[in-house]
Amino acid sequence: MATTATAAPPRRRRGHRSHYPLWFYLPAGVVYGVLFIAPTIASFYFAFTRWNLSGTEFIGFENFALFFSEPYLFQGLVNTFVYGVLTSGLKVVLGLLLAVFLTSQIIARGYLRSVVFFPTLVSTVGVGITFTVLMDPGDGLVNQALALFGVDGPGWLTDPSLALISVALVDVWKGVGLATLIYIAGVVAIPQEYFEAARVDGATSAQRLRHITLPLMRPATATVIVLSLIGGLRSFDLIWAMTQGGPGFTSDVVASVIFKQYQAGFWGLSSAGNVVLFLIVAAFMVPLYWKLNRKEVDR
Amino acid sequence: MRRRRTAGVLSGTIAIIVSAVVFLVPFAFIVLTASKTRGEAALREFTLPTEWAIWENFLAVIRERDYMLLGAFVNSTILTVASVAVMVVLAAMVGYVMQRRPNRLTPWLNALVLAGLIIPPAVVPTIWVLQGLGLFRTLHGLVLIEVAYGLSFCVLLFRAFVATIPRELDEAAVIDGAGPVRLFFQVVFPLLRSVIVTAVIVQSVAVFNDFQNPLYFLPGDDHATVQLTLYNFRSQYTTEWNLLFMDILLITIPPLVMYAFFNRQIVAGLTSGAIKG
Amino acid sequence: MFPTRPLRRTAAGATPHMYSSAGVAVVALSAGLALTGCSTGGGDDGTLNILIDNSEATGQLMQALVDAYTEANPDVEIELELRPGGSEGDNIVKTRLQTGDMPDLFFYNSGSLLQALAPDQTLVDLAGESYMDVVTDTFKDGVSAGDALYGVPVGHAVGGGVLYDLAAYEELGLEVPTTWDEFMANNQAILDAGGRAPVIQTYGTESAWTSQLFVLADNYNVLAAEPDWAEAYTANEKHFADTPAAAAGFEHLQEVAEAGYLNEDFASLTYNEGLAALAAGEGVHYPMLTTALTEIEATDPDALDGIGFFALPGTDAANAGLTTWLPGALYLPQSTEDQGAAKDFLAFVASTEGCDAQTAGASVIGPYFIEGCTVPEDVPPAVAQLQSYFDSGLTAPALEFLSPVKGPALEQITVEVGSGIRTAADAASLYDEDVKKQAQQLGLEGW
Repeated sequence: MATTATAAPPRRRRGHRSHYPLWFYLPAGVVYGVLFIAPTIASFYFAFTRWNLSGTEFIGFENFALFFSEPYLFQGLVNTFVYGVLTSGLKVVLGLLLAVFLTSQIIARGYLRSVVFFPTLVSTVGVGITFTVLMDPGDGLVNQALALFGVDGPGWLTDPSLALISVALVDVWKGVGLATLIYIAGVVAIPQEYFEAARVDGATSAQRLRHITLPLMRPATATVIVLSLIGGLRSFDLIWAMTQGGPGFTSDVVASVIFKQYQAGFWGLSSAGNVVLFLIVAAFMVPLYWKLNRKEVDR
Repeated sequence: MRRRRTAGVLSGTIAIIVSAVVFLVPFAFIVLTASKTRGEAALREFTLPTEWAIWENFLAVIRERDYMLLGAFVNSTILTVASVAVMVVLAAMVGYVMQRRPNRLTPWLNALVLAGLIIPPAVVPTIWVLQGLGLFRTLHGLVLIEVAYGLSFCVLLFRAFVATIPRELDEAAVIDGAGPVRLFFQVVFPLLRSVIVTAVIVQSVAVFNDFQNPLYFLPGDDHATVQLTLYNFRSQYTTEWNLLFMDILLITIPPLVMYAFFNRQIVAGLTSGAIKG
Repeated sequence: MFPTRPLRRTAAGATPHMYSSAGVAVVALSAGLALTGCSTGGGDDGTLNILIDNSEATGQLMQALVDAYTEANPDVEIELELRPGGSEGDNIVKTRLQTGDMPDLFFYNSGSLLQALAPDQTLVDLAGESYMDVVTDTFKDGVSAGDALYGVPVGHAVGGGVLYDLAAYEELGLEVPTTWDEFMANNQAILDAGGRAPVIQTYGTESAWTSQLFVLADNYNVLAAEPDWAEAYTANEKHFADTPAAAAGFEHLQEVAEAGYLNEDFASLTYNEGLAALAAGEGVHYPMLTTALTEIEATDPDALDGIGFFALPGTDAANAGLTTWLPGALYLPQSTEDQGAAKDFLAFVASTEGCDAQTAGASVIGPYFIEGCTVPEDVPPAVAQLQSYFDSGLTAPALEFLSPVKGPALEQITVEVGSGIRTAADAASLYDEDVKKQAQQLGLEGW
């Protein structure tokens, strides 16, 4: 939708349809249809069943009732919201600040951009394990460093009220590079004349940021929010590598609940979790896309 | 101007220090721990090793479980190369026709493509389908899964890029007698080179680092991917942090190399407008 | 960049006139729904393949059995295939059974976990095999469903109780407690003496399961108070929350946590680190299964002499008995083609030769479940203490061997109790809810 502005306007050429054969859709369509669409549709059936080694039994809305009544399943739901909103909010703020900073006149700009971006490419599980060690309440590096300043560091991953937030912070650490990059692309694309004109008018750099950069960053912000929400609401790898949803159920999200129910052999309940996650993501994304689409006309 | 440059040096220096603490220390910690002896690594301190054991640890982690890690690198390589190759070609075909031949179905196709980007895959039903096809717990089954999940992103990338290729080129080829297949594979596909490089790199990193899908669709030790070895080794190496971090280090190297060589394409790909969907 | 020719061949074979991906999806969906599972079966190349979990204990025992068997039968080749433990392993076993992809034999838990495998549909009934005659009735109860018998025991009887530091007990002049109050008094004495944590708990990475011991190892005491507990529980008539003796396990955990008896780093310590802390004398009591003794012997053999074992105490000093676990067993899946070879190996495992092979090649941590099998005289102190409960007949099986109903979330719930996130009463009723799902999933009556 918000694709290149250079897109050629479609010209109707009646005689030429066979040059762009529709069967080009077929191979991709088969793979996508069988392995993605079909299971997604099937999940809406299985979510209403009790499903195990010996077969399925239709049980109506029982699985969904469980999701909203059992405290530890419901907690996963709440945590998913918190995690998604927290990570994408922080990525927007930090990404924008970093982008503005990394496009200003500073030394070692290339190095700094690389350093900020690199964690994006590293194995999530590796990052998770590393930070689990660094965030150990006793001999973890983070708390040892805080101790140097006389601060008694908390149990980042073991304190029930902190665990989810700590994982979210690591997620931001790993993902802020991508947000920064998207913002940098946005900042670079702002015509220099705008800034020149503002400078001539005597605008301070803070004013230029507020009145030129920020308003023009709205498309980039939309991109960052969409991307990080999609990632954040579905997030599994990092949480599984760091806390496995613990302590207890305090950092469970829907994706980890789905995995746990699958492991426990509650396949129907696990599929219901998928449907719930589907609905959550859709509830966030559909209005967001609608809003974006209203502004930028699709080709 | 002069004052601004001084400010740039100052804030740049501060930024270098802060970035080193925030972003480089964790990596340094991985390297240092991977270089220590077992006893020293168990302390999990951020210090230089008193005795460098990086080579010994490397050999030990490679030999572990009957060279399981080497097998895992082979599996991950096959998985990455095969799935990205298939994904790119199939997505290019779709993106090309979608852009060149819009009709009343195109909005529906668009919706399907976006669905692939947004909807979390339904795990257990997917396993059920894979079992029905005899593809569960097979590497080629996982290849197809990665293809299915990566198609949407690639289609958007290609559709946007095809729009920049003038139609006159197609027409010239057609006049020269090219059929639709030759037109695409011999004329258009080579022109997609730069966006292909981008798609290949971005998706390679994603597939190589994927943990969740191998965990679900390729469980067990016999086909473990590198990400799974990390997960499996953790329960096994509860006291051998040096080997665990050596594993992390080894797994971090391929994307590092990728980044060193294809820095620009990665950046271009990730920031390209196509991402916005 | 990419080879285009082979791809072109693929493309050329496809059908034209597909209208859209949506159309493809519908076609594909109906094709997918029409497909049924297919079976590949186990090894057919003359070797016997056995799937086992990757724990030290199972590895030792199975390797000892295989070595002895292949020595006597040089023409047979046996390969051990490892799988992860825990719920991930459970999952692998389930899916491989379901897809007919299980090796010739596999090692797995007895009791309720076995029941979750739908054994009547997936496993071969061994009730008619002559070698099953020497398997003790206690064990048979844990591997049967109806009249069918499914498993041959590998390994030793396991006790669930408290591993403790003998030196600390001697130094502080403490006695093995026979009631919960005595246990708490000992804890207080240890705390007052300083320098050691009275109770070790380990809720770190992949160690949450260790938190369940206070509840699971209390079953002897529950049964002492409520003899019909297991049946009533299975029939949905009694529950943890409304049975005081059963809720006691949760309360005990809350008590030790609230009294400040836990090691400071309980939230991040792992199981292996907990065992090391016990061996090093940093903590005195570690509620645990005696299988941990194998683990300790593997890492620090000398430490074994300094570790004792007693049952989790209840209310009656005269009836201080032990909750026991049955070892895992070898099972024969229905998909195995060459059942003769597999059964011959099972016959060897269920014989005194089999026990002797295990004694020779692995740590002996308790009595066997094969009649006529003996354990050596010079066992470590904890094993001798375990044996004494069996000798005096003060044992009862853990609930998972008396009832198929076991919820998957117990470990998270007990972690919450031990960490002070959830009260014992709340935890007991939450666990009852968790269990309900499992019972319904199994299709039990009364749920």
